[in-house]
Amino acid sequence: MNIEKAVLAVITTNKPKIDGGAPIFICDNDQELQQMAANLEAITDGIAHALSDEIYIIVKH
Amino acid sequence: MNEYIYPIVFGVIVGTISRIMMLRTDYRQYPTYLHGKVIHLALGFIAASLGAVAVPAIREMEFTAVTFLTVAATQFREVRNMERNTLTEIDDYELVPRGKTYIEGIAVSFESRNYLVILTSFIGTLFYIIFNIYVAIIGAILALIIGKVLQSGNTIKDIVEIEHHPIHFDGAGLYVDNIYIMNIGLKERQEEILKYGMGFILKPKNMNTITTIANLGQRQAILHDVSVSLGVLRDSGTPALTPLIKRDLDDGRVGIFILPQVRDAEKARKIIGAVPVLENAIRMPSKSKVHNKEAKS
Repeated sequence: MNIEKAVLAVITTNKPKIDGGAPIFICDNDQELQQMAANLEAITDGIAHALSDEIYIIVKH
Repeated sequence: MNEYIYPIVFGVIVGTISRIMMLRTDYRQYPTYLHGKVIHLALGFIAASLGAVAVPAIREMEFTAVTFLTVAATQFREVRNMERNTLTEIDDYELVPRGKTYIEGIAVSFESRNYLVILTSFIGTLFYIIFNIYVAIIGAILALIIGKVLQSGNTIKDIVEIEHHPIHFDGAGLYVDNIYIMNIGLKERQEEILKYGMGFILKPKNMNTITTIANLGQRQAILHDVSVSLGVLRDSGTPALTPLIKRDLDDGRVGIFILPQVRDAEKARKIIGAVPVLENAIRMPSKSKVHNKEAKS
């Protein structure tokens, strides 16, 4: 089976909500979160998706 | 000189002319200048020769000679393979790929055009031998017209209504009208998309076109053609900036989200309308017996 999509990273300002396998980036505020997500998006060639205001994931499509 | 020389030369000439006429280079820019064209003109010449020589062969009672037409068929199937392979190879490097269905459609039309060439030169030579050159010219012109008619299929505007709808965000979700396109997280990216993106809705006119327009290959073809004609705001490594088409499951409408460099809604509408309906995407549920029975009762 080929896995086509993968969560490359999780970026959050709400640490207790997150646990698990993907790299997790914890930010202090929303501005840092946006910046971090933008950088990771550019670096990994993935897309930054917002699950909520506090949790963003980078997904490789 | 042999009595068949003039008819054969005539047949070869009209056949080659018909291939030249069918070989247009337009916005799809395929085949490109100049080598791609040379290949197809050369093959068109071969096809024309085959069609022209077939008639004298029959006249001389050399029926076995007609079997070389099967060789021609094999040869032109090879043309189809060649086109398919080339286009598939380069498709990975397109910013917005053509998609397999579109490629298959192009390949098939290259093959079938060679058969139309054979038909034209066959008719030309046949009429020349049976009647005279004047009848042959008329016959060849008729064959050219038939070829032209067979060459052009439907376009999108024949089967759907195209409406311009502005795109909008609901939270992180990008929407065209009520059709969900994708999730864009970054505020910065959202603003970019709102600034550069455009949305269109295709409303199918009937039951048949719902299935046709839902075909993934057909959708990719629309995206490709629009991106070729209007440019596309995207680069490698920016997957968030991807033109997409999604479907409204409820009524079969599709929402088109594009990122053109030329942001002219009227132009975009025309270009979407001019996209060919791919043969391989056409479905005819209205011809289904069960469906008709239900529709009547």
